[in-house]
Amino acid sequence: MAKIPKIALIGNPNAGKSSLFNSLTGLRQKTGNFPGVTMDKLTGIWELGPKNEIEVLDLPGIYSIYPKSIDEELVINILGNPAHPDYPDMAIVVADASNLKRNLLLFSQVRDLGIPTVLALNMIDVAENEGYVINSIKLARELSVEVAEVNAKKGIGINGLKLAVQKTLENRFSSNDGLPLPVSEELIADIQAAFGDVDPYRCLLWLMEHDRMKMFTKVQCADLDQIMVKHNFEPKKYKSAETVKRYEFLTEVVDRCVINLNRQWDAPPVKTWTDRLDKLFLHPVGGYLFFLAILFVMFQAVFTWATYPMDAIDAGVALLNDWLKGILPESTFRGLLTDGLIAGIGGVLIFIPQIAFLFFFISMLEETGYMSRVMFIMDKLMRRFGLNGKSVVPLLSSVACAVPAIMSTRSIGSRKDRLITILVTPLMSCSARLPIYTVLIALVVPEKNTLFGLFNLQGLVLFILYLLGFFMALFSAYLMKLILKAKEKSYFIMELPTYKGPRFKHVSYTILNNVKAFVFEAGKVIVAISIILWVLASYGPGNSMEDATNRIKIQNPNLTGVELSNKIAGEKLENSYAGHFGKFIEPAIRPLGYDWKIGIALITSFAAREVFVGTMSTIYSLGGEIDNENATIKNRMRAEINPQTGKPMYDMALGFSLLIFYAFAMQCMSTLATTYRETKSWKYPLIQFGYMTALAYLSAFLVYQALS
Amino acid sequence: MRTVADLGIGDHGFITGFTDEKLSLKLLEMGCLPGTEVILTHHAPFGDPIAIKVSGYTLSMRKEEAATILINSI
Repeated sequence: MAKIPKIALIGNPNAGKSSLFNSLTGLRQKTGNFPGVTMDKLTGIWELGPKNEIEVLDLPGIYSIYPKSIDEELVINILGNPAHPDYPDMAIVVADASNLKRNLLLFSQVRDLGIPTVLALNMIDVAENEGYVINSIKLARELSVEVAEVNAKKGIGINGLKLAVQKTLENRFSSNDGLPLPVSEELIADIQAAFGDVDPYRCLLWLMEHDRMKMFTKVQCADLDQIMVKHNFEPKKYKSAETVKRYEFLTEVVDRCVINLNRQWDAPPVKTWTDRLDKLFLHPVGGYLFFLAILFVMFQAVFTWATYPMDAIDAGVALLNDWLKGILPESTFRGLLTDGLIAGIGGVLIFIPQIAFLFFFISMLEETGYMSRVMFIMDKLMRRFGLNGKSVVPLLSSVACAVPAIMSTRSIGSRKDRLITILVTPLMSCSARLPIYTVLIALVVPEKNTLFGLFNLQGLVLFILYLLGFFMALFSAYLMKLILKAKEKSYFIMELPTYKGPRFKHVSYTILNNVKAFVFEAGKVIVAISIILWVLASYGPGNSMEDATNRIKIQNPNLTGVELSNKIAGEKLENSYAGHFGKFIEPAIRPLGYDWKIGIALITSFAAREVFVGTMSTIYSLGGEIDNENATIKNRMRAEINPQTGKPMYDMALGFSLLIFYAFAMQCMSTLATTYRETKSWKYPLIQFGYMTALAYLSAFLVYQALS
Repeated sequence: MRTVADLGIGDHGFITGFTDEKLSLKLLEMGCLPGTEVILTHHAPFGDPIAIKVSGYTLSMRKEEAATILINSI
């Protein structure tokens, strides 16, 4: 098959790029990774006709090709580097017709890079409602480019866009005005001599942005720096002057191509829905109340409604396991398959409902334009703690999972704010902690109503744990703000888009893509850990496993059946590799009230905390003295006796010590890996791991000592 | 010198220049061009950040950033 052409979708945030992407590709989308960065790469296949397919690449929304944040940097690394595997054959620039001039700025920059470009004019209906009539034929002539009028949300105008794209792909025409602002010919000649004969505007882009472009080696960067010094070239000045110049040109073009009806009739400005809604959402009191109400509904959904599908998944996995155990002969393979692999996969699948609910809310808030209002009203508060209004989104997302949350910090322009947000985000209680909280709270907190019967005590404790995570995140952020040094000032220049009805198709794609990413990314780790854990708990050094079996048989000559096999399993676990590890760290965790069994769980859940409950059930089902039939993990743990005191092992002190430990500890490989990829340094994941573990250990120690 | 930070809700002015070179590029790209009219539309609670109408849309920024945008005196 011949290589199919690639198109990049480029546009301002909120210009309707994603809607257009969904209209063009439908369900034929896939997420992947850009080489070297974690950013999700969204590509899809667009069928122009039979046997005529195009690969469409959805790039993050940008305002200009001069990047100011990490996701903007990605775009320039692709568009600026023809050798990049994702370098497109052509581009579609999506422009919001109701804000034409600012959208055309980006268009003119992309076109001047020498990339064949089609202009897709979106939201013409909005522009017309506001009294602007656009002559797109004239606009096409003025800009010498194919222009297609589309309604991305409704999928109207796609055929016109097809024609424009086909034409542009055939003649590969890129209108090029040369440089927006003249520079000395020797400067361009110097760059071309060193880096090949490329478009002059691309030369300047390389010259000005080489620090942010991965295509250049250190030596090449130094060369470019030298050229800059030699010609006394000042990038900041040039960029500003270029922007002003482009706007001058575009203002003339827009004046010629757009008729403003308001001006002719001298009508008073219309009060739009956005103005009215902002009166409420940005209100000093009402704004916060509304946000709180939304948070309340969101948590209600994630923690109450999601439990039904979660229970169903849990039951389904258990059913499958029982069935397999019934039909397969007892063997090592059966153990690995059921207790190792399927239990591990079940542990991943169970989070899907919560993640889906959370992303439903987050993408609804983003779709409607409300999320930027939240950032707006939260900025001042967050800033006191070294964060940023934009940190609200990651902190919210991390209630589901810290991995997508950390990835969503890319829109934060200031490096320091972004770093702090990344470092403290995992302190928010993610959905992986929920099963641990649930099991432990059920063990140590009595189920009764409190506060005049309004709240359930167990629910209250759960709520307090979430609050604790949030406040600890704020507190840690505050400390980091004092320690970390900022190279640049943080800024908060951000568009407040007009309110729009959510596109449910887009919402469902967002949910689907995030769930897919979670299942495959986090899933890999969790499944691997489950298998390793199973091996470690089933085998021991030398002949220790057989010895354990024989020992029990000799010690208990009268036992038979289930009781005997349970005793043997317990002894085996204690002598397995996992048991040895647990005993090895026991002295270190003794002050927190933990024994070697919990030690095993700590070690296994180091890589993924959700493994804790699984490990506990493995440990106690292997070594349990209770009849296996109707014993849940909770009952097994409740029956555990502390050998030193003779009282139940899981008392208040131990329960709360464990709860606090899991609330603060950094026990997630995937998060650390994401932090590494996002900060491009091992320093920050190490700091993150270090401070969170210290925090967890210390707090658990204090809690245990205070309560016991 | 009057800046956008001095505006009250509903007040307007015309941009005459910038005092911070680094921020100015971002502001220019966002459509805050010399000669353009800005109208202050919202204060966040506690008076910061602010939202302005410029080039036909709403842009939010912090007060300290608004103070780098010079506008004509009345």
